[in-house]
Amino acid sequence: MIRVEHMYKNYGPYPAVIDVSFEVLKGEIVGFLGPNGAGKTTTMRSITGYLPPTSGNITVSGFDTVKYSLDARRHIGYLPETVPLYLDMTVIDYLTFMGRIRGMNRKWVEERIPKVIDHVKLGDYRNTLVGKLSKGYRQRTGIAQAILHEPDVLIMDEPTIGIDPIQVVETRELISELGESHTLLISSHILPEVSTICPRVLVISDGRIVADDKPSNLSQRLSGNERIELGVSGTDPKTAISAIRKIKNIIDVRSDTRAEKLDQASKENYHSILVDTKSNNNSSEKIAKLIVDNGWGLRNLTPLPMTLEEIFLQLTQDK
Amino acid sequence: MKNIIIILSKELKTYFASPMAYIVAAAYLAITGFFFVASVSDAFSEASIRGYLAGATFFMIFMSPAITMRLIAEEQKLGTLELLLTSPVKEAEVVIGKFLAAFLTVIIMIILSMYFVIILYIFGDPDTGPLFNGLLGLLLYASSTLAIGLFASALSPNQIVGLVVGSGILTALTIVDFVASRIQGIGSDILSFMQLGASFSVFDLGALGVAESGHFADFARGIFSITDVVFYISITIVFLLLTVIILESRRWR
Repeated sequence: MIRVEHMYKNYGPYPAVIDVSFEVLKGEIVGFLGPNGAGKTTTMRSITGYLPPTSGNITVSGFDTVKYSLDARRHIGYLPETVPLYLDMTVIDYLTFMGRIRGMNRKWVEERIPKVIDHVKLGDYRNTLVGKLSKGYRQRTGIAQAILHEPDVLIMDEPTIGIDPIQVVETRELISELGESHTLLISSHILPEVSTICPRVLVISDGRIVADDKPSNLSQRLSGNERIELGVSGTDPKTAISAIRKIKNIIDVRSDTRAEKLDQASKENYHSILVDTKSNNNSSEKIAKLIVDNGWGLRNLTPLPMTLEEIFLQLTQDK
Repeated sequence: MKNIIIILSKELKTYFASPMAYIVAAAYLAITGFFFVASVSDAFSEASIRGYLAGATFFMIFMSPAITMRLIAEEQKLGTLELLLTSPVKEAEVVIGKFLAAFLTVIIMIILSMYFVIILYIFGDPDTGPLFNGLLGLLLYASSTLAIGLFASALSPNQIVGLVVGSGILTALTIVDFVASRIQGIGSDILSFMQLGASFSVFDLGALGVAESGHFADFARGIFSITDVVFYISITIVFLLLTVIILESRRWR
């Protein structure tokens, strides 16, 4: 559906995107991950035909985005990073205009709008001025305009940025639903976001693709480590840490210094400890046994998955 | 063509859904009304719309950029330009649609002011030919000022910049004969050819409303000259093209 081949994009002398190639197949939901300034927005703008690449080819639904730009655009629904809304139009007027300008005829627009408004749950606000909507509802209006013309491909640049947590969850659900019927490319710098929605993640850093995999594979491939959060009582932390250090395959043991953990630990009178260990050798059992054998109290033993942030740092730092 | 109409009707709706169009129209009627009354209220004064034309050309220096200032600047600021230009629409269609919306708005204002003409016919005996010639000139002049205003609006996401730059260009093209009369040779000829609107004689009470030089002067005097028509149409087209080029420039920046 989306095919990017050896795309380069320079802003004057500065390269923003360097030799990026990837393909998104029909029905896939792909997360596009990278820190700010990595080239996500530039790549997305090239796919939508807003900025042509300096070199390389991009096709959407088989149409070259430079040569057959207008045809390619018909197949794309796009939600830019700042949700593009005319603040002095009502939701319905806005959607009607967007549909018409995308080449939908009047009848099709009239049929589609109620369905789309239902889909993004904007029903109560259909005649409200867009400028009076809260940020979350503006986001929905933005999504509604992107899916209005039933595009094959949906491109969303940071769709959950700047809205409150409840609306983030709702937006995420909406996006997952959209994934059932569309090909989706979603960018984000918020990493857990991508891992919850997308079965496949492209990681971009300094204009280059540095990884292309499932989120779960990424974490295994990269680290081979897991982290365990421990709550131990009945001893001082130093003794506990040095005892745990002696277990085989343990990489690192240290006191947990996260503020909320410290707080909780001191309230409930135990010590919070973080253990990094190699995966797949029953470290949790060994640690639990050690604590019980020593007669200490085991309050908490939680395996923590490597967060995407950490994976991301590893990927972008040891190139 | 369909896209142009869609954009045109959206912009027209936006104009008349906000107080802006009404305020500008009221100011236009007040100022042209003042000039019109001043030009016909003397004893033995001429039954013509020259005073009206002088007021209109003068006020359009500010009014046209005020009407066009939001057209592209606001789209840039809201980010909707990105959406518009990733829709299956050509840059030229966006520019023409917006220009026509502004032009229609001004035409509506001019139509509203036509009761001056009716008054002239009731109380006097105006020459119909020069009168319509003058109105044709006003339309041509309005279209070139709006094209310049639209160009200024495309320069930045800031509407005020659009207003100031637009009015600046129009003021410069209005006082250019002032400069031209103080230099000699081909430079003077070129400068006086660029004279867009009414000249300073607008403010000369004795000759109120009679522009003495420039392309508009002929229209105000009732002379139809194809050179003047071509001049205004060219200015309109050149500035609309420049606007399209600015919108396209993101491609090669």
